[in-house]
Amino acid sequence: MSDLFADILIQFLNGLAGASSLFLVAAGLSLIFGVTRIVNFAHGALFMLGLYLAWSLIDLFGRSTLLGFWGGVLAAALCVGAIGVVIEIVVLRRIYKAPELFQLLATFALVLIIKDAVLFFWGAEELLGPRAPGLRGAVEIFGRRFPEYDLLLIAAGPLVLGLLWLLLHRTRYGIFVRAATQDREMLAALGTDERRLFTSVFFLGAFLAGLGGALQIPREPAQLSLDLAVISDAFVVVVVGGMGSIGGAFLAALLIAQAKALCIALGDVSMFGTVVSFSKLTLVVEFAIMAAVLVLRPWGLLGKPLALARGAGASAAPLDPPGPLFWPASFVVLVLLALAPLGGDRYLLVLMGDIAVFALFAVSLHFLMGPGGLVSFGHAAYFGLGSYAAALVFLRLDLPAEAALLAAPLAGGAAALLFGWFCVRLSGVYLAMLTLAFAQIAWSVVFQWNDATGGSNGLIGLWPAGALKDRTLYFWATLVLCAGGIFFLWRTVHAPFGLALRAARDQPMRAEAVGIDTRRVQWVAFALSGAFAGLAGGLFAFAKGSISPDTLGVARSVDGLAMVLLGGVQTLTGPVLGAAVFTWLQDEIARNTEYWRAILGFAILALVLAFPHGLGGALKRLRGAA
Amino acid sequence: MDRRHVLKIGGAAAAALAAPRAMAQAREPIRIGELNSYKVFAAFLEPYKKGMDLAVDEVNAAGGALGRPIEIVVRDDNGQPGDAVRLAEELLTRERVSMLMGTFASHVGLAVSSFAKERKVPFLASEPLSDKIVWEQGNRYTFRLRASTYMQTAMLVPDAVRVAKRRWAIVYPNYEYGQSATAAFKKLMLARQPNIEFVAEQAPPLGRIEAGPVAAALQAARPEAIFSSLFGPDLSRFVREGTTRGLFRNVEVFNLLAGEPEYLDPLLDEAPVGWYVTGYPWQDIKTPEHDRFLAAYQTKFRDYPRLGSVVGYAAVIGAAEAIRKAGSLEPEKIVDAMKGLAHSTPFGRIVYRTLDHQSTMGAYVGRIGLRNGKGVMTDWRYADGADYLPPDAEVRSLRPPE
Repeated sequence: MSDLFADILIQFLNGLAGASSLFLVAAGLSLIFGVTRIVNFAHGALFMLGLYLAWSLIDLFGRSTLLGFWGGVLAAALCVGAIGVVIEIVVLRRIYKAPELFQLLATFALVLIIKDAVLFFWGAEELLGPRAPGLRGAVEIFGRRFPEYDLLLIAAGPLVLGLLWLLLHRTRYGIFVRAATQDREMLAALGTDERRLFTSVFFLGAFLAGLGGALQIPREPAQLSLDLAVISDAFVVVVVGGMGSIGGAFLAALLIAQAKALCIALGDVSMFGTVVSFSKLTLVVEFAIMAAVLVLRPWGLLGKPLALARGAGASAAPLDPPGPLFWPASFVVLVLLALAPLGGDRYLLVLMGDIAVFALFAVSLHFLMGPGGLVSFGHAAYFGLGSYAAALVFLRLDLPAEAALLAAPLAGGAAALLFGWFCVRLSGVYLAMLTLAFAQIAWSVVFQWNDATGGSNGLIGLWPAGALKDRTLYFWATLVLCAGGIFFLWRTVHAPFGLALRAARDQPMRAEAVGIDTRRVQWVAFALSGAFAGLAGGLFAFAKGSISPDTLGVARSVDGLAMVLLGGVQTLTGPVLGAAVFTWLQDEIARNTEYWRAILGFAILALVLAFPHGLGGALKRLRGAA
Repeated sequence: MDRRHVLKIGGAAAAALAAPRAMAQAREPIRIGELNSYKVFAAFLEPYKKGMDLAVDEVNAAGGALGRPIEIVVRDDNGQPGDAVRLAEELLTRERVSMLMGTFASHVGLAVSSFAKERKVPFLASEPLSDKIVWEQGNRYTFRLRASTYMQTAMLVPDAVRVAKRRWAIVYPNYEYGQSATAAFKKLMLARQPNIEFVAEQAPPLGRIEAGPVAAALQAARPEAIFSSLFGPDLSRFVREGTTRGLFRNVEVFNLLAGEPEYLDPLLDEAPVGWYVTGYPWQDIKTPEHDRFLAAYQTKFRDYPRLGSVVGYAAVIGAAEAIRKAGSLEPEKIVDAMKGLAHSTPFGRIVYRTLDHQSTMGAYVGRIGLRNGKGVMTDWRYADGADYLPPDAEVRSLRPPE
């Protein structure tokens, strides 16, 4: 019995150490979002940088001395803070006035650049850091050995929490930061220099990310996939806690880390005659918690409803109805694209097929994000479920690809109907994160369900027989279906339903007052968007001949966001342009250069700085000026 | 095209032999398309690329194949099967490659093998370990170089039986490789040691193990031995936490792949002494084939080879030998030539089995030791892959008919 008690106690302590680690990363992200409203996708990359810098600096200062170790940790965190300042001044400051979430695209580019920079300077092999001098061993707790360093970490979390609380509540600087979190325009109107405040908050946030990374050096080998692993954890913690609430982040970190430790401690449990593997649940437990918390508390555990940011981005001009030449011109472009196979370059065919599929995917996402004002971070779920549905009908029911394709929009739409019902009750970033949570849960089911979905390997052998076996015909079918979907969604934006959707976005109260059931309209928008994303997924499956859980992974969702933002949220044609440029750029750069991620990142960054309203927005302005 | 991206032919070797070079240049090179996730799995694939580079030099210095030099056209699939299939199409149609090779992750390998079957083009899967590539989802056009998950697990089983432990705990990365390794281990052990008990099983997500809680959970089950298929950062975290917490005291640990320099070297002086592992003890292998390979590699790159180097090297040699044996670039002829193809590698002679297209390339099995503050393999032996495959009848029943 005492054995059991000791085991439980040790796992509880493990959970506390994990919670501190999570909190340290999340605190900086929460702070930056609270003040600047920037969804800083590069936060995980800054964490990774902190870890690598600590590794090098500790080596430089002396691995075995107290001063060398702690000096290295602190110096690394300061360096990362300084890098944060540079990022804010050089990149983000220029695009604060851009539409909401556009900054996300810039930070996405930074992730690509930082990743390749780390690979260039530190190499590909993982680097195991030194143990902390004086804290190398373990202490005996009820006959179990527990690492001394983890005890220090357990203390570090609450310590940082306390210091941040003092800074925010007991200093003049803290008053400004809290004021900016609540209403930054008012603060600016009262004569505070917003720029300096933003820069300093970015320094603090980046410093905390770097510190979070550097403190992991005795536990975590420095390696290149940390950035994305950490960013998703950090986002979940921040959102579960309530965006901008430091205390909430601590609570959320505690909840998630203890839940993980509990799942691991339970291991395999026999229940009702079958063995349930709780350790496998760690794949998804944080997202399940996030979904549950957001459904019950739409602003996280300790968060408050967000004040709308006035000015920047909030006021999208109404879309112009398409001019008389719009539909004829679109048709001519379509015919020209359909003639491409006559050139005889089969690869061009494949690439254009991919672009068509991604264009439909991007337009379906834009339908939610732009006219709907509902940002989805988990749009790949509908794409991926569509592709799996088509694949399963094709393989298991032995139906031809033409029939199997029908299942794709049905599955995508059904999933969106289910997820959307919960999501439309939320708003802003919380809504976006709930879509991500559902997408991750869907992903983990597909990933884990070996018998039905092929598990991590996915499904292969999805080559259509019959007419669609011919790749030219398949390309034409893809083009027609994608263009049809895109035109349908564009047309819908200008139909009464689209007007109602836009009204629900811009003036929810007035829309309700004139009798529009805004939630229902948004819910239907979800389903429509999901159905067309699903169709894109089905076309993707039969173009590639195989699918894997990646088709509904985070990376695919992020690619979709990048395409829409690159093209411009406030235009109709932008997402198509964005999808074409993004896919073509990636293909071209990845085939011809070695450090292609960094180059792609710089290309996106250049586009972001040159066209803060997206490519579509830039074209529109050009036409307006002419 | 970027020069770095095509492993150019000739180089130093050809300079020494000016005449063949002039001849070779007069002839269009034979192109082989290589797809891999160079950025996602850089630690393994940077040495892999060097291994290919060396092999191309050697093949061309020896006159190439069919009187033409060979050239490897490299593409990065970003770890995405969709990208891999698109790039495979590009390699076939624009670069006019005669065959495909490469891939790292199993799901990418399977996607390309499905493409190869559809387009009827030979594909040499160099690295992916999934058993399914040659068994349940095998096809006429796909061949695999490395010893599979099943084979490497089977290589550890004799020692696992010999240590005669009853209470086993298992930890594996939660995806197909870890699941297959665990299933194969359980099956093989139960057959040989029916009284075995599996007291705990942990399946952390790949690359994201919570090492502290996992180590504590295994400890709570009081195992006498542990079977692990962790690798990379997961392995490093597990080793460090487990060591600090005393998990490995008086416990025999078996860990697939942990003896590969890619995963062993980052552990530095914390390499867990006494673990039973599969891997590649490059420092201590003394065979003529390996001596020659080691010297050439170190001369060219001023670095020591990792396992990836051997795989990349052997894959290119295999592709060139297949084309030589086929005497033609016709895909069906290359496929026929690959069946039963035998050639020399740094690990000795290997054969691509006619039965299931699996090569008999083996792995080194031994225990981890420390030398000069670095992990090495001790008491190792070479386990020939041919000895660790299931009976032919069983393999036949797994493979779909052609």
